[in-house]
Amino acid sequence: MANKRIIVDPITRIEGHLRIEVEIDENNVIKNAFASSTLWRGLETIVKNRDPRDAGFLMQRICGVCTFSHYRAGIEAVEDALNITPPLNAKLTRSLMNQALFMHDHLVHFYHLHGLDWVDITSALKADPAKASKEAFKYTKYPIATGENDLVKVKDRVKEFAARGELGPFANAYWGHETFRLTPEQNLIALSHYLKALEVQRTAAQLMAMFGGKQPHPQSLTVGGVTCVMDLLDPSRMAEYLTKYKEVSNFIEHAYCADILMAGQAYAKEPSVTAKAGTMNFMSHKEMQLNRTEFLFDTGIILNGDLSKVHPINEDLITEEATHSWYKDDEPLHPYDGKTNPNYTGMSEAMTIGAQGKEVHSKVIDEKGKYSWIKSPRYDGKAMEVGPLASVLVSYASGNKKIVKIVDEFLEQTGLPTEALFTTLGRTAARALQVKAIIENGLETFDTLIENLKVDQETYTTYKIDKDKEYKGRFIGDVPRGMLSHWIRIKNGVVENYQAVVPSTWNAGPEDSTGLKGPYESNLIGLKVKDITQPLEIIRVIHSFDPCIACAVHVMDTKGNELGSYKVDPTYGTSC
Amino acid sequence: MSKLFNKLSKRLENLEKLPKLDDNKSIPDVLIEKGINRRDFMKWASAMTAMLALPGSFSPLVAKAAELSDRLPIIWLHMAECTGCSESLLRTDAPTIDSLIFDYISLEYHETLMAAAGWQAEGNLENAIEKHKGKYILMVEGGIPHGESAHFLTIGGHGKTGEENAKAACEDAAAIFAIGTCSSFGGVQAAIPNPTGAVGLSKITNKPVINVPGCPPSEKNIVGTLMHYILYGSLPALDAYNRPKWAYGMRIHDLCERRGHFDAGEFVEEFGDEGAKKGYCLYKVGCKGPYTFNNCSKNKFNSHMSWPIQAGHGCIGCSEPDFWDTMGPFEEPVADKLYNTVFGGGGADATADKIGIGLLSVTAVGIAAHAVIANFKNPKSDDEE
Repeated sequence: MANKRIIVDPITRIEGHLRIEVEIDENNVIKNAFASSTLWRGLETIVKNRDPRDAGFLMQRICGVCTFSHYRAGIEAVEDALNITPPLNAKLTRSLMNQALFMHDHLVHFYHLHGLDWVDITSALKADPAKASKEAFKYTKYPIATGENDLVKVKDRVKEFAARGELGPFANAYWGHETFRLTPEQNLIALSHYLKALEVQRTAAQLMAMFGGKQPHPQSLTVGGVTCVMDLLDPSRMAEYLTKYKEVSNFIEHAYCADILMAGQAYAKEPSVTAKAGTMNFMSHKEMQLNRTEFLFDTGIILNGDLSKVHPINEDLITEEATHSWYKDDEPLHPYDGKTNPNYTGMSEAMTIGAQGKEVHSKVIDEKGKYSWIKSPRYDGKAMEVGPLASVLVSYASGNKKIVKIVDEFLEQTGLPTEALFTTLGRTAARALQVKAIIENGLETFDTLIENLKVDQETYTTYKIDKDKEYKGRFIGDVPRGMLSHWIRIKNGVVENYQAVVPSTWNAGPEDSTGLKGPYESNLIGLKVKDITQPLEIIRVIHSFDPCIACAVHVMDTKGNELGSYKVDPTYGTSC
Repeated sequence: MSKLFNKLSKRLENLEKLPKLDDNKSIPDVLIEKGINRRDFMKWASAMTAMLALPGSFSPLVAKAAELSDRLPIIWLHMAECTGCSESLLRTDAPTIDSLIFDYISLEYHETLMAAAGWQAEGNLENAIEKHKGKYILMVEGGIPHGESAHFLTIGGHGKTGEENAKAACEDAAAIFAIGTCSSFGGVQAAIPNPTGAVGLSKITNKPVINVPGCPPSEKNIVGTLMHYILYGSLPALDAYNRPKWAYGMRIHDLCERRGHFDAGEFVEEFGDEGAKKGYCLYKVGCKGPYTFNNCSKNKFNSHMSWPIQAGHGCIGCSEPDFWDTMGPFEEPVADKLYNTVFGGGGADATADKIGIGLLSVTAVGIAAHAVIANFKNPKSDDEE
């Protein structure tokens, strides 16, 4: 029997437009997978010939969620080119804004996008609130929102939905799927946290707006420093930051991290989330300035899952190629020389499995030719996974004490072996471990800033752009979805060339000329889908990369479809 | 005024007769469930009334309109965008009434939020349009790759272009709102050289489109636009760029918290200087407040947490057409530029209040001259600081 082709487009509940096509054999094992981005906006082309000081503002508009990441990258790439060192106050302020971004982003991703791949809401309805309330103490000394009466209330609320035949925010057809592993009580705990997180994340967003003016798209970074000097010099403002910071970090520690611990134990033996990762090379860059000189996370590369050695990054070995991407120039080029000239070749007509499980007429990508707007970045010819898992692994293998402690603690408490980190479960856990490291150490940044402001109030470094000179520079760092780099050349006082190599590019890029696949595609291959109408396993894998940039919204539209997890595949279950 | 009051009352009565989309929950119930009492709700309604430039006695009508907002199905389309506009709404610091109302309107289709994907999502869009023909409100986020370039965005198993989807959705909509600068005017992807041929929504449909620009617009402007439609059932007073006058009728400069410093000739000469620490006017470091029509200076962002000028950076004019091309470089005053000025780019000149091109040019020159002269009048020597 020939393999069946399944298209999923749009993959909803992600930032941007993504199409996934997979081939499944007669045993429902995925034999081949293709990730295709179906939108190109051309910002790298648009930024050319503009004032370099405007580059950060323009690049910021790549994304309204990790909005700060591209803004900072654009500003710092120019600073690197012009050889400007911003004052310490500016660096620390940017670090605080970055921490706020990670706290918001990871929290929302786990609860409102990824969480329901792990938590079975209908099972929570069978829970005994008194028992669940006790259970919560197994994972933290100070549980949040899991008092018996809290849980009774949560249960009643969801019961009401269920009785109406609507699960409101939890409308999702996969309930009862056999790969769910939490007990009813554990599901109830997670459900209560899901609801609480909706409130907490709003405060997290304010942490950035406080120094940024607004969020999304803050506006207080400038080439040479930051502009929010009035906020920095206002003690009541700083106190407000601290208060909100503690509120958010308290929830992260005693709800998010506790739930990850719970899931880690419960899912330790579930094959669909503990299979070895498809791409075993990991790369990350140092990030999160803590004081005058130190950073929280390390730079390096892990090859073939070998944690005994961390390889340095040689930036000259980063290339992007476009064999299977809709651009004219196929050959691998270094980002300084990267070209971005579109060449759309379209899709072809074919029959694929439709919503009813029958063959339907549709368009399919040309897997032999070009099939995505994403390029294929490679390091020394190798595919790399980037993201929280890479950041945690590299720091761990580097012997970074702050990270080693957190990772070892997690492995010990869950009883998982080190190899378990190289899995979908490990990838999901790493996101929490990364943010745990941030809340355990982030106040050092804040304290350093306060101490420094007492003696130094500089927030800006002056500079000149010489129109007769040529400059080139880059930013490299790690943002919530992984390693990000922006590359710029400046000539005649304007931007001559600009390339952004973003985390999703590393993870979601198509095959390269040698047939080597990127992490999204390689991690789907070999995955067995138990029930083709409920491909929860696929969703867990795709979600574990955080491709979707979360809307942390509490939407219960009056039809009752909402923040469940999205459905992939043909017979996708519920109609909304 | 009483005539208007009666007219609006009648409109709401008619709306009330429409079937609710969900019989089990009403917005007042939801508010109570969320611990928002009637008094808080009325407070919000009077603030919204003021924002819509209606007399205070209209507050009960606005409250009623909010309660009826679940009678209107909404279809939200994503084109070439960054999701910032969706985010703007959804990230208020506490479940404010604005965001709650957004949560409980009947969002029939929204790719970032909906549970369905793939074929089923495609089906949902077609079904929603069919089922609510002529009754739904269409909100569009993102610029639209157009014509020859439409293939830069395809959606769904059939590989339809974003343009096809948007056009079809416009056909049977009761009202069309372009949310954000991208769908209003093309936005960042339409900046020179516009490699994807992106245009604003009004360029691909003959139906009237109300523009709610901003990058992103504040949640207040989005919700206010919706409330206005519920109250009047007709389009609000618009300026030359089809922006509702109640929100985009004044310049940032008009209500700016640093306006006093402008008038006194106190300017930040360079980021991080003494003036910056004192909150002086940002005109000389490129603030486009005098040329930008929006209400940020009044409403701020993230539940009044802050706004760009409070954070010490000038306005970049993000609610003006083609601001990427006409307002840059963002950190230089307009009058210092020799090319691509707001006037050359037709920026803020052709606005609601029909200021002639000459007049605003004069104003701009005047502002620049003011900045220079004021500086002579108030020499700020270093040892004074």
